[in-house]
Amino acid sequence: MKTKRSGNYTWRKIKSALASAIAFISAVLVIAPLGLVFFHLVVNGASSLNWDFFTKLPAPVGAVGGGMANAIVGSLELLALAGAIGIPIGVLGGVYLAEYGSARINSVLRFLADVLNGVPSITWGVVVYGMVVLRFKGFSTYAGGLALGLIMIPLILRTTEEVILLVPNGYREAALALGVSRWKTIVHIVMKTASKGIITGILLALARVGGETAPLLFTAFGNRFWNHSLSQPIAALPLQIFTYAISPYDDWHRQAWAGALVLVTGVFCVNILVRILTRGHTASVV
Amino acid sequence: MDHLVMETPERTVMERMEQGTAPPPEAETPAACTFEVKNLSIWYGEKRAIDNVTLGVASNAVTAIIGPSGCGKSTFLRALNRMHELTPRTRMEGTVLLNGDDLYSSTTDPAIVRRRVGMIFQKSNPFPTMTIGENVVIGLRLNGVRNQKFLNERLEKSLRMAALWDEVKDDLHKPGTSLSGGQQQRLCIARALAVEPEVILMDEPCSALDPIATAKIEELIHELKAKYTIVTVTHNMQQAGRISDYTAFMYLGRLIEFGPTTKIFTNPTEKQTEDYITGRFG
Repeated sequence: MKTKRSGNYTWRKIKSALASAIAFISAVLVIAPLGLVFFHLVVNGASSLNWDFFTKLPAPVGAVGGGMANAIVGSLELLALAGAIGIPIGVLGGVYLAEYGSARINSVLRFLADVLNGVPSITWGVVVYGMVVLRFKGFSTYAGGLALGLIMIPLILRTTEEVILLVPNGYREAALALGVSRWKTIVHIVMKTASKGIITGILLALARVGGETAPLLFTAFGNRFWNHSLSQPIAALPLQIFTYAISPYDDWHRQAWAGALVLVTGVFCVNILVRILTRGHTASVV
Repeated sequence: MDHLVMETPERTVMERMEQGTAPPPEAETPAACTFEVKNLSIWYGEKRAIDNVTLGVASNAVTAIIGPSGCGKSTFLRALNRMHELTPRTRMEGTVLLNGDDLYSSTTDPAIVRRRVGMIFQKSNPFPTMTIGENVVIGLRLNGVRNQKFLNERLEKSLRMAALWDEVKDDLHKPGTSLSGGQQQRLCIARALAVEPEVILMDEPCSALDPIATAKIEELIHELKAKYTIVTVTHNMQQAGRISDYTAFMYLGRLIEFGPTTKIFTNPTEKQTEDYITGRFG
């Protein structure tokens, strides 16, 4: 048997080292933007973050100070509305795909949901503008919430379907064999077993639409004051950042940085919450 | 545990062949039947899984179904509580009577059938989100029982019957999945007993367990048959010999031979049964 190291072996080692190096550099390149973004946000935005930022309305042009309280509350209101639309439809749709329906219909629905997931978010803004804003002759919180909710539906639908399919069939059979009806089995056994995964999907969808700007441009529109009615335009953090960032004032630019820092921190917290949830303490399969 | 040390079927058949003598004939059909299966055939799509099976399952006895993999024994078992209908594109012909009631009449709700006919699966499957206690009473709870006192009584009674009470009575709040494999399987038996079925079906209940856990389940089966009719599927011929009163041998979807276990294992009528039991195929 030949055991001598040939030139071939050296060349193989070089190739292997090269491949490892490229993979390592790629990994660094993936993480680097996140670090850069966070670094810039902290450097530029942290100085403008103070109590006023969270409690005061935007200051008029030229005046010093002011905050984004209305935008923060507005974003939360829009997310609540979006959740009210997107969560029930998305979750129930996901349950239908995973538990009911024929294979052929399901593959069509799945394909459509994937197409919807790929639709640029501004398209949803245009659709809602045509459907709601034009008809009711005004920008409104409803319209903004609807646009975000529509984006959430396919996101939640697909994640819900996937985690429900992960629940082993043995649990369904065990419940059905006890004489439990199909829908009770799905609600009390299958969905309960998959609940962490479903909640994770919902949180990630909320985090995703929480940062959406484009669909709000011609639906929620933005507002420099407190919103007193759901049929009136409302401020949102991403919209406010957008408005301030393209303005010519340095003061506004700093506020935009601070707003972006708050938004990214919020998304970051949601992701950490998801990690904690999915790690879990009780024995769960999903 | 004396029922555990029965002669192994291989030896009895070998002895019979050496001596050239046959044991005395016994009653072929059980006296009182819980299930009466007549001309049962089941198709999965185009594939015929069960081919014209007729047999009666004796009350308060253990009936074992044996046969090589893919012979239809699990399908047959699942047809006894309509679980096979969960597989898409199934079709059945024939009748199955449970104490005289047609399980497949158009007015019968499969959920009611399954409340009367409990099932234990090959892989123990306590619900992972629930405690030991919750696992036992979940069937009652989801079927609408709210009375906590009644649930507590049934909890203890079921766990006692499943020979698990002494091991878990202080840990009822712990997750069901924290138990060992054998305990989990007994928990599943307790869960099935809690809804007070008339029959318990077992689909290879010990195939994932070690010999000690297996012995406990077998002992439990022996005790349970005083109150319940039990039908079990097993790959393990020795186990069928130890625990069952009647044995059905199936091959390629057909019932080849059915009779008292002692007769099937010592003096089978069919050549195929003897070949299978002596390990010549399957």
